Amino acid sequence: MTHIRLLTVAFSLSAGIAITAQTPQNPPPQQPQQPKEIAATIEGSGGLPPKIAVPEFIPLSTDAETVAAAKALGQVLFDDLSYEREFYMVPRDTYATIPKASTPDQIPLDRWKELGVDGLVVGTIRKTASGMVAEVRLVQVSTGRTALGKQYTGSLDSIKDGGRIYAHTASDEIHQTQRGLRGVARTRLAFSSDRDGARMAGPVGERDISNIYRADYDGANQTRVTATRSLDITPVWSPDNSAIAYTSYRSGYPDIIVQSVRAVMEPSKPAKGTERIQNYLPAWSPDGSKIAFTSSRDGNQEIYIVNRDGSGLRRLTNSTSVDVTPTWAPTGNQLAFVSDRTGSPQIYIINADGTDLKRITSETHCDRPTWSPAPLNEIAYTSQAGGGNDIKVYEFATGATRTITDSIGSNESPAFSPNGRHIAFSSDRSGQEQIYTIDRDGKNLRQITKQGRNRYPNWSQ
Amino acid sequence: MHMRGAFAVITAVVLTVSVTACQKKKPPVARPVPPPPAADTTGSNRPPSPPEPVRESPPIPPEPITSDTLTDIDTINKNSPFTPVFFQYDSADIDGLGQQTLNQNAEILKKNQTWVITIEGHADERGTAEYNLALGERRASAARTYLVSLGVPAERLKVVSYGKEFPFDPAHNESAWSKNRRAQFVVTSK
Repeated sequence: MTHIRLLTVAFSLSAGIAITAQTPQNPPPQQPQQPKEIAATIEGSGGLPPKIAVPEFIPLSTDAETVAAAKALGQVLFDDLSYEREFYMVPRDTYATIPKASTPDQIPLDRWKELGVDGLVVGTIRKTASGMVAEVRLVQVSTGRTALGKQYTGSLDSIKDGGRIYAHTASDEIHQTQRGLRGVARTRLAFSSDRDGARMAGPVGERDISNIYRADYDGANQTRVTATRSLDITPVWSPDNSAIAYTSYRSGYPDIIVQSVRAVMEPSKPAKGTERIQNYLPAWSPDGSKIAFTSSRDGNQEIYIVNRDGSGLRRLTNSTSVDVTPTWAPTGNQLAFVSDRTGSPQIYIINADGTDLKRITSETHCDRPTWSPAPLNEIAYTSQAGGGNDIKVYEFATGATRTITDSIGSNESPAFSPNGRHIAFSSDRSGQEQIYTIDRDGKNLRQITKQGRNRYPNWSQ
Repeated sequence: MHMRGAFAVITAVVLTVSVTACQKKKPPVARPVPPPPAADTTGSNRPPSPPEPVRESPPIPPEPITSDTLTDIDTINKNSPFTPVFFQYDSADIDGLGQQTLNQNAEILKKNQTWVITIEGHADERGTAEYNLALGERRASAARTYLVSLGVPAERLKVVSYGKEFPFDPAHNESAWSKNRRAQFVVTSK
């Protein structure tokens, strides 16, 4: 694993404004309490979202790798900006007639204006002796002003995958500065997969090995995280993205493993499983200090909470039924979980001190609650419908539920994106189970994995 | 309009983003090639055997399964003397047939006093993946409790749930599901 430092040199709007402000006739009034960004937010016309175009980046070096990256980066950034649905993205095939610029100075802004574009993303990338330099500017087409300008540097290795991180970083910064939105372009998904086709001995034949994998939010860079000849499932990212906790059968029984994804470190087992003390389905507390999980150590399945270092174990639930699949509220003061204490599995919430238990669903069969990030206050979950399952969302403010997926195939194991706008889930809608993402309004369905069986997605912060 | 002085104004805040990239892709682990079928007596693609003279012979009695004749745990499990217990949908209740099965399994365990077994709990694909981990555990535990009630020492009975990870029959119909909702008995030491 190679770590690359990406330096961001930002000058952005303040600098862009400073240039235009040098013309003496119209000095902007000093309003220190007002962020300068507001002046450079690109607006759409007629109440519509801004129309944004992202042509290919301009390669400022002639080597094949840089030229290929320049071509790919425009599409990646276009896709990143499309994903949050904050802009009207002008389709890229309509740019065909606009001459390609070989330097940023040659960009024919009048042609982009004719196309109705409000904001044009101008990117360049070049190779230096020591690494890569990418520059991305968001240009207000009507004025030619730069609303956002960034320079990124990275190692030569940073474009081995086409340099996607440059586009992802620029996308997140454009969403942040233009829309006040935390984008997800640099987030990752973790999931379990049997794609390697490895098998382990089983009592009636060989069984598929599942390991933990991760991928960029858009499915690029799919990478294996664990390599056991066992079953590794239900991964969850730590809130600081430095570790993944998951359920592993590597000892012959399920136990919680915490594994660093940044450093080479011995994995830890905070739930201290044995043949008699089996643990599964970990869930990180929002501050990363604790892990809630399911264990049958006291006779039947209950929810327990343990500190990340294995200390401070305590039992949260107490019933003779199955209590399973915990998730934390973003405050850390409440959890939701599944219990079949009334006969069928339903979603319950409970305070982190074990008080104030409440049932929130009354359906046929519910599972895998996942609490939304703040300020949304919702729980996504799996609900049985017809012959399969759908992803539903329960809204605390109204007590209403809405169905997110479309009853095609069986849809399970929802996980919110860190901005709450998207949900990753697994579905067998196209055959074998694969990971998909969908927006919280049920639109923008995207397939993330294609190889092997892929399940139990979880979204990094 | 053309842009002026575009990139002339770079500098100011420097922030760092740590990026992980370019993992060395592990070479895919090759799926082990299954060994050629050793004694495929039912294979339809085998040439028909030459006709043999008709001869009356007594049927060979099945070999008694004891720890003397079977040395290897894998061999025991491949021809498992244990019968799985099957369950109704979303249930861990052991019905009359399940009790009969467990009575027989208990007899086998009493004859093979050194065997330690793992009872695997499994679920069908219709239930949800996470809940099925708990349901499979309940099924395996229910079988274990019943065996203990028949006098099998609890220390000889391990339990593990695989939820719906390892269906016995991968088909998507009631026939497959009824086979997949099971507690399966695996000898783990002898």
